[in-house]
Amino acid sequence: MTPVTLLSRGAVVLLCCWVLLPIYLLIVNTFSSQADVSGFPKNLIPPMDTENVEFFMGYFGVGKALLSSLKVAAITMILSIGAGAPAGYALSRFDFRGKNLFRVFVLMTRAFPLPLLALPLAVMYIRIGLDDSVLGLAIIHTVLALPFAVLITYSLFSGIPIELEEAAWTLGCNRFQAFVKVIFPLVLPGIAASAVFAFVISWNEVFAAAVLTIENRTLPAFLLQSLGTSPLHLKFAGGAVMVVPALVFIFLVRKYLFSMWGIANR
Amino acid sequence: MAEINIKQVAKRFGKTQALHSIDLNVEDQEFLVLLGASGCGKTTLLRIIAGLETASDGEVWIGGKRIDKLRPKDRGIAMVFQNYAVFPHLTVFENIAFGLRMQKLDQSTIDKRVKRTSELMHIDSLLERYSGQLSGGQRQRVAVARALATEPSVLLMDEPLSNLDALLRMEMRAELKTVLAESKTTTVYVTHDQVEAMSMADRIAVMHEGEIVQSASAIEVYRDPATQFVGSFIGNPPMNFLNAKSSGNGEWNIEGLLLQGPSDRTAIQFAIRPEDLQLCGVKSSTESNTDQLIEPDKLHATVRVIEPLGSHKLASCKVGDALFRVVLDSDSSVSAGDVLALKPLPDRVRWFDPESNKAMA
Repeated sequence: MTPVTLLSRGAVVLLCCWVLLPIYLLIVNTFSSQADVSGFPKNLIPPMDTENVEFFMGYFGVGKALLSSLKVAAITMILSIGAGAPAGYALSRFDFRGKNLFRVFVLMTRAFPLPLLALPLAVMYIRIGLDDSVLGLAIIHTVLALPFAVLITYSLFSGIPIELEEAAWTLGCNRFQAFVKVIFPLVLPGIAASAVFAFVISWNEVFAAAVLTIENRTLPAFLLQSLGTSPLHLKFAGGAVMVVPALVFIFLVRKYLFSMWGIANR
Repeated sequence: MAEINIKQVAKRFGKTQALHSIDLNVEDQEFLVLLGASGCGKTTLLRIIAGLETASDGEVWIGGKRIDKLRPKDRGIAMVFQNYAVFPHLTVFENIAFGLRMQKLDQSTIDKRVKRTSELMHIDSLLERYSGQLSGGQRQRVAVARALATEPSVLLMDEPLSNLDALLRMEMRAELKTVLAESKTTTVYVTHDQVEAMSMADRIAVMHEGEIVQSASAIEVYRDPATQFVGSFIGNPPMNFLNAKSSGNGEWNIEGLLLQGPSDRTAIQFAIRPEDLQLCGVKSSTESNTDQLIEPDKLHATVRVIEPLGSHKLASCKVGDALFRVVLDSDSSVSAGDVLALKPLPDRVRWFDPESNKAMA
C-alpha cells in the first residue's frame, strides 16, 4: 500500500468514526438501564433495555408533540412537493427569461439565517393569526424544504429524455396525459425520495418550531424545552427517538439526494 | 395514407435562420429521405411536420388538411426517434399498445394489432419484456412497431438507425424497406447517411444550410447533382471538381485536357465521378522520361496515395494543384508517384457554374 492510499483509508476510517461513534453511544445508552447510563464501564453491546424509551414515550406531552411533529412534517411534505415539483419540471423543460436568476433565487431563500427572520416572522404570524398553529409552522418548514424539492425534482426531470414525452405526444397524448402516463411513473421513486427529505427537514427543525409555537410544540421544540432539565438517561432516549427516524429516512433516499448535487442518480 | 404538402415553411431560432422557405411535396405512399449534414435543418423540418416544433412561417398540409396549428396527436402522424424513446416503465406489449389505448380501441382490436405489428417486426417473442432487457436493435424494432400499430397516415423517422452498429444497420435497412413498402405508409425519413438514403429512398431531398438543394431519385441525385454541394456530399469518394479555362468556341482546357462544353461562359468548372474515368496509360515514377507526352484527350494525374479497398483501389492524385480521386481496378499495379493518363467517359462529364455553384445543362 502506498502512503497515499494509506492516508486516504485512514481519513475514511476517521470520518466514519466521526459520524458513527456518537450514534453508537446514543444507541447503547438509550437501551441501557438507568444505572448503566451513569455507571462505568459501559456495555459494548446494548442490553436492549427498553425501559427508558417506554418511560420517555409515556412522559406527559411527548405523545402530543410527536403528533404535532408528524402533522407539520406531513403538511410540509405535501406543500413542498406540490410547489417544488412543478417548478422543477418547468426548470428542466422550458427556456424562459430569468431562468438562471430564478435558480439563484431558489437557493437564496436559504441564505438568510432563520434566527434573523424569526422575530419579524413571529410578529407577522401573530398579526395574521397563524402563530402557534400547525399550518403556520408547516409553511415556514416548506420555505426551508422547497429549494431542495425544486433542485432534486429538477435533476429528476432532467434525467428523463424529452423524447419520451414527445413520443407520447405523437401517440395521442396531450401534455398533461403524457406527464401522467409517462413522466410521472418514471419520476415517482425520486419524488417520493424528495418528499421524504422534506419530511426529514421539518422533523429535525427546532428553531422556528420553538419560536413560533407554544401549545402545539413539535417534538424537537418540546425536547429543547423539557429535556434540558431531565435526567441523563431520558435525554438519551429522547435523542434516539429524534435521530433514528431521520437517519433511516435519509438512508432510504440517499441515492436521490446525491443527484441533487449533480452526481448521476443511476 | 396521405400526401404531405409543405408550403414556404421557415424557421428561425433567435437570429439564426434554420430553414429558409421550404417547399416540398411528398406523394401518397412515397418514401422520402431528407438527407444532409448535421445542422442543415433536416430534423427541424421533420419536427415541424410532427408538430414538436412550430414553424415561424408557412403551412403544412397532410392529406389535404392544414395541420400546422394542430397538436401532434391530432395530425395523424407517428414518429420514430433516434434514441428509440421506448417507455422504460412499460412492457413491449404495452409500448406497442400505447397509441392504441389512447385511441380508445377495444382490447381485442389492440391484441390483434399488437400481434400483427410485433410479428411484422419479429419481436412477438419479446412482448413481456421491458426496454431495459432489450438490445438496441430490438428497441428500434419496438419503436417502429409502436409507430406502425397506430396506422398513421404519415410515418416520420428521425435517424432511426444511427445508434445501431454497422452490421445491424445494414440488416435493419433492408428490413425496414420491406416493412414500409408493405405498409404503404407515406414516410419521411431523416438521415445523414448517404448510403442509407440511397438504398431506401423513392426520392431523396438533399438539404444544405436550411434549404432543399435537390429533390430527386437516388440515381439522379448521384448522376446529376444540382449543385457542387450535392456532388461532393453524395458519393464516397465524392465527385471531382476542376477549374476549366476557355480556349474559345465552347472548348475548355482542363489542365491539358480539351473538352467541348457550354459556350456562353467565361469561367466554368469541370466535374466527374472518380469511377467515370478510363485508365489509358501509366507512366512510372522510375522512368526518368521528362518529355511527357501531353495528349489533349487525356487528363494527367500524379498519384499521391493508393488505398486498396478490396473491390477496387482508390487513388488520390494531384491534377495541377487540385486533389483528384480515381477509382482503379483492384488488379492495377499503380504506385505512388506514377502519372496516370485518364480519359473521362463523355456522357458522365458535368459542368458547374463556379459563381452560383449550380449545375449547367
